[in-house]
Amino acid sequence: MSETETTYREAVRAAIREAMLQDERVFLMGEDVGAYGGCYAVSMGLLEEFGEERIRDTPLSESAFTGAGIGAAMGGMRPIVEVMTVNFSLLALDQIMNTAATIRHMSGGQFGVPVVIRMATGAGKQLAAQHSHSLEGWFAHIPGIRVLAPATLEDARGMLWTALQDPDPVLIFENALLYNMKGKLAADAGPVDIGNAAVRREGDQVTLITYGGSLHKTLQAAEDLAEQDIAAEVIDLRTLRPLDDATIMASVRKTRRAVIVDEGWRSGSLSAEISARITEQAFWDLDAPVGRVCSVEVPIPYPKHLEDAAIPQVPGIVQAARETLGR
Amino acid sequence: MGLFKMPSLGSDMEDGTLVEWLVAEGQPMKRGDIIAVVETQKGAIEIEIFEAGTIGRLLLQEGETVPVGAPMAEIVGLDDEPVPAAAPPSASASAAPAQKAPRPGPVAPPAKPTPSPHAEGPSGRILASPAARRLATEKNVDLAGLKGSGPGGAIVSADVPGAAEAAPGPKGQPRQQARRGLDMGEMRKAIAAAMARSKREIPHYYLQHTIDLEAATSWLAAANAERAPTERLLLAALLLKASALALKQYPELNGHYIEGEYRPAKAVHLGVGIAIRGGGLIAPAIRDADTLSIDTLMAALRDATQRMRAGRVRSSELTDSTATVSSLGERGVEGLWGVIYPPQVALIGFGKAVLRPAVIEDRVEPRMQVQVSLAADHRASDGHRGALLLNAIDKLLQTPETL
Repeated sequence: MSETETTYREAVRAAIREAMLQDERVFLMGEDVGAYGGCYAVSMGLLEEFGEERIRDTPLSESAFTGAGIGAAMGGMRPIVEVMTVNFSLLALDQIMNTAATIRHMSGGQFGVPVVIRMATGAGKQLAAQHSHSLEGWFAHIPGIRVLAPATLEDARGMLWTALQDPDPVLIFENALLYNMKGKLAADAGPVDIGNAAVRREGDQVTLITYGGSLHKTLQAAEDLAEQDIAAEVIDLRTLRPLDDATIMASVRKTRRAVIVDEGWRSGSLSAEISARITEQAFWDLDAPVGRVCSVEVPIPYPKHLEDAAIPQVPGIVQAARETLGR
Repeated sequence: MGLFKMPSLGSDMEDGTLVEWLVAEGQPMKRGDIIAVVETQKGAIEIEIFEAGTIGRLLLQEGETVPVGAPMAEIVGLDDEPVPAAAPPSASASAAPAQKAPRPGPVAPPAKPTPSPHAEGPSGRILASPAARRLATEKNVDLAGLKGSGPGGAIVSADVPGAAEAAPGPKGQPRQQARRGLDMGEMRKAIAAAMARSKREIPHYYLQHTIDLEAATSWLAAANAERAPTERLLLAALLLKASALALKQYPELNGHYIEGEYRPAKAVHLGVGIAIRGGGLIAPAIRDADTLSIDTLMAALRDATQRMRAGRVRSSELTDSTATVSSLGERGVEGLWGVIYPPQVALIGFGKAVLRPAVIEDRVEPRMQVQVSLAADHRASDGHRGALLLNAIDKLLQTPETL
């Protein structure tokens, strides 16, 4: 099978292009997605190809344009709403939670909201405390929406189309550090499932559970652990809501140890939820307390060395995994 | 050759844990023999076999938990070839039944603090992981003697001897500490599930009647006068026998309501509610109660009560009942309104027998009386038939010598 060299950014763009070509109800809207090509250059060139009708620049008003996207979805369109970063999505949280996530229930099933909302998340680009947080765990708290975190080129390329087929709202969190990630992608790469976690590396001594931008740090940590004769299994959650408990528990029952790597803050986080579920469902199989590697509980700092120190890094993941083995 | 499978000992049972094999490979069996002890929510149950034959290979190891229907042992029929004493492992042996993790059992108490190879937590308890504790319980290993290699010196599963054992076989395993007797917590859960289901699904109707016991108590006093205390009859035996005979006459109150359909039973296997000291309740069946003599019935009742309270229950006793009688006895109160044990359709309840003023002809007399109630499933019968049943019990108790 032929492969092409590509980037995460190009994979997301290819997914949007494919959706636009295959379904005329699909359109993209957001701040600077048109003439500027998107603040992370994801939509570069799409305005020229599809025109202003379908690549729509919006005012700086997340609540208004997210609400417009929700309304368009209820009216039969398949909008892709791009929010520049997750920090800004808080302005649209009312629309997402009080409208998109509830209409299916409040209308007794008469109306659905088949909107897809994409946004960048995560730290590491020195964008400081108003552009760098990882709040996807908050959204994973909300019933009525599905939350995705593509971490690989295949998922960046394939999750969007599957999300657009979902009759209910889907949020896609793209870690900003991943946009420049290069790799090979099959020429015929296409839609992927959005219901299961994936085992990205097999091992039988400790399970490392992560998603998004932390996946690659975690895989590196597993590589380092292998050099220390520790076989770590790495699970990429892919979908943060609903969580794929079965894959997590099957792995933890095998390894008897788990470390969760989550760029969100520790308190009240997605990592806390996963840890609780492991305790609920696999307690009698555990040989060590569940470990967590999370962001330090500070606003993400601007200086490079402090930003690096604030979020999960490979040595911390290695250390946490070793601790579950008493080493 | 047949397979003996994990029996269902109630509609709420999903799996069972083999506590103990009571047979060996190659041992001949006849119908009704007890072959194993299995632990369920209701406690440790003695499992009977319902065909004659010879035990082939035992497919389960003591301590293993398997779902209902999973093969436990091979049974070689009388017509089959006898099993070789040591059958080589065959393909079917490796096709192990789906196994669930055994239910965590109680953990061996930690030893007194002596110089120990393992670490201790802040509470003074041995530092051992949940997986290690579970494994140690299964293997009957005392944690206090183990050295820990886990975080903070904790004992982990790999530190428990035998943790890395290969696929389990029936032979050569360390003997499991058989946990027999009743687990009151589990029994309470089982009662909760059955009674909640009953009240949720069964449209109960209730009838009540007062029965004069002068004839029965006089007959009983005379019958007991010449008996040794251990041989004496209890009033309960008469109540049970009368109930069983009456149920035989009214088949719409003796049977099971299963999958939206009432299925009357051919025989009367009378469930008898037995209170367990310290709380809890179990209702083993007295089989063919309508055909037993009063003495045999009394012996069956004594045997069942003693065994239930010791936690020794036979599988057939838990599943065979076609109707249940609950009798409060001398320490009870005057009336009870029962909850039907699904999938049965009737529960007959007797209160305490008491002296009450009764009008006999034109006079008020003190008479021994008992209140009897019927809780019945309106899907299977109507109140008119239920009333006839209670009247029949009344009539039978007026001629105790015929019971």
